[in-house]
Amino acid sequence: MSIKTKALTKSIWVFHISCGSCNNCDIEILDCFTPRHDIERFGVQLIGSVRHADALLITGAMNRKSVPRMKKIYEQAPKPCVVVAVGQCALSQHMFRYSYNVREPLDEILPVDLYIPGCPPKPEAIIAGITKLVKKINKGK
Amino acid sequence: MSHKVIVPIGPYHPLQEEPEFFQLYVDGEKVVDIDIIIGYNHRGIEKLAESKHYDQVPYLVERICGICSSSHPYAYVLSVEDLLGGESKVVPERALYIRTVIDELQRIHSHLLWLGLVGHFIGYNTVWMWAWKNREPVLDMFEMVTGNRNNYAMFKVGGVRRDIKDEDIPVLKKTLDEFTPAIDLFLGAIKDDPVIRGRLKGVGRLTRQQAIDWCVVGPTARASGIDIDIRRDEPYGAITRLDWNVIIEKEGDILAKTTARILELYECVRIIRQCLDKMPKGEIDSDVKDIPAGEGIGRVEAPRGECIHFVKSDGTNRPQRLKIRAPSFTNVASNKVGAVGGTISDAALTLAAVDPCYCCTERLAVIDKSTNKKIMNGWDLVRLCQEKTMQIKEGRL
Repeated sequence: MSIKTKALTKSIWVFHISCGSCNNCDIEILDCFTPRHDIERFGVQLIGSVRHADALLITGAMNRKSVPRMKKIYEQAPKPCVVVAVGQCALSQHMFRYSYNVREPLDEILPVDLYIPGCPPKPEAIIAGITKLVKKINKGK
Repeated sequence: MSHKVIVPIGPYHPLQEEPEFFQLYVDGEKVVDIDIIIGYNHRGIEKLAESKHYDQVPYLVERICGICSSSHPYAYVLSVEDLLGGESKVVPERALYIRTVIDELQRIHSHLLWLGLVGHFIGYNTVWMWAWKNREPVLDMFEMVTGNRNNYAMFKVGGVRRDIKDEDIPVLKKTLDEFTPAIDLFLGAIKDDPVIRGRLKGVGRLTRQQAIDWCVVGPTARASGIDIDIRRDEPYGAITRLDWNVIIEKEGDILAKTTARILELYECVRIIRQCLDKMPKGEIDSDVKDIPAGEGIGRVEAPRGECIHFVKSDGTNRPQRLKIRAPSFTNVASNKVGAVGGTISDAALTLAAVDPCYCCTERLAVIDKSTNKKIMNGWDLVRLCQEKTMQIKEGRL
C-alpha cells in the first residue's frame, strides 16, 4: 500500500455532491454529522472544497446538466480519491431510469469504490459503509 | 457601473430543495441585482408520471423532494380524488386522521431542518446541532408509523397504506411530550439571544405589498402579514375537526420568518395530539377501482407553502397529464426583492430564509466583471456571514 493510501484512511475528508437527487440522501449524509450519529468519531469530516477531498459522496441520478460538471469535479479532486455512490439513484438510477433527461449510471462515468443502497440509506448504513471501506483499504485490497 | 461584480451562487448544494443557481450582482458590499437560474435537478417527473399507473405515481412524486415527501403524494391523491368526488367522499374517516398526522409530522421535521440551517449560516453551529438532534425523535416517530425515516409511502388513492397501531399511540404521545421543551428552547433562543436577534432583525425584509406582488406562499407570506393557509382556506384531511390557529407575523424580516415557523411547531404538535385522541376505529382504505375521465386539482399546504397538483385523466389507468407546482418556485423569485439592497454577508441568509435552503458549497465564485477573475468562493460567503455574527457578538457592530 502506498503511503498516500495509508494517509487517506487515517481521517477521511468527504466532499458531498448532489447531482439531481431528491435531497433525502443529502439530508441523511448531513444527519451523520449531527449528535446522534456523529460520524466524526471515525475521523470523517465534511469539507467545503473538492481540493481537500479524500472521498466524494455522490447522490442522485445524473442528468444532462450534472454529468459534465461531475467529471470536472472529479478531475479537480486530489488522487487517490475514493468515490462513494450513496442511495438507489446513484446506484441504478432508480425510478428515473427511463427519464429523457437522465443519462448513464454513475459507475459508467466514474470509478465507484463503494455502493450504499437504500432510498434513502439510513445514517447507520452510511457509517457502516465508510468504516468497511477504511478496513478494506487497510488490508491492502 | 464599471465596478459591478457578479457573484454566482450554486447550482449544487447539499441542502437545497432544488439545485438552484443564483447570480448576485454586487457593487462593493451592496447587492444591486440578482438572477435566478433553475433546472439543475430536472428529472422529467411529469413526463415519467404519464408512463405509470395511478397507484405507482405517489411513489414517484414522493421523490420530487425529500423534505416534503408527504406533501407531493398528498396533493397528487387529492387531485385524483377530486375526479372521484372529493376526499371526504372517498376516504374513510380514520384514514383522514392518519393523513393529517403524517402531514403535520413532516412539517415539524422540515421546520427543524430549516432552523438548523439558519443557525449554521449565521455561524451558530450549536443551533444547527440542537435543531437536528431534536429532529431525530420526529424521524423515529415516522419510522414507527411508516417504516422509513424519509419517503413514507403512506398515501394511496382512496386511503392510506398503513394503519397507526393502538400500541404505538402512547409512545407517539410520549415522544411529542418530550419534544415540546425543545420548541420552548428554540423560541427562547430567538427571543432572548441578542446576537441572534441582531443578526436576523430587519434583514431581508419583504413587506406585505411586495409579498403580494411576488405571490409568495406559506410561512414566507404569513411572516409578511398575509393571512393564507390552504389547511384553513381549502381544508383537507381531518383538519376541520381540530382546533388550531394560523400563525401570522407582521414584520416580514428573517426574524419574523423564524418566529412564524417556530410557533407553527406548537400548532403541529397540537394538531397531532388531537388527531391521536380523536381518531376513530375503522377502515383505512376504500379500494378505489376506476378513475373516471376528467380534470382534478389537489392543493396542500406543504411546509414551504401551497403545493398544487393537476391531473388530467382520459379514463384509462394512467394519467394523461400531471402538472406540479411546488411552493419554492414562487418563493425563490421573491429573493429578487429580499436580497437586493442588502449586503453580501446577508445575502446567504436571505436566500436561505425562504427555505429553498441554499448554502453554496462547491460551485460558487465571486467574479469581477471587468477582469472575469474569481475573487471569492462559496465558503468565503458563508464565512463572511458568520464573521458578521462574531462582530455583533463582540460589540463591534
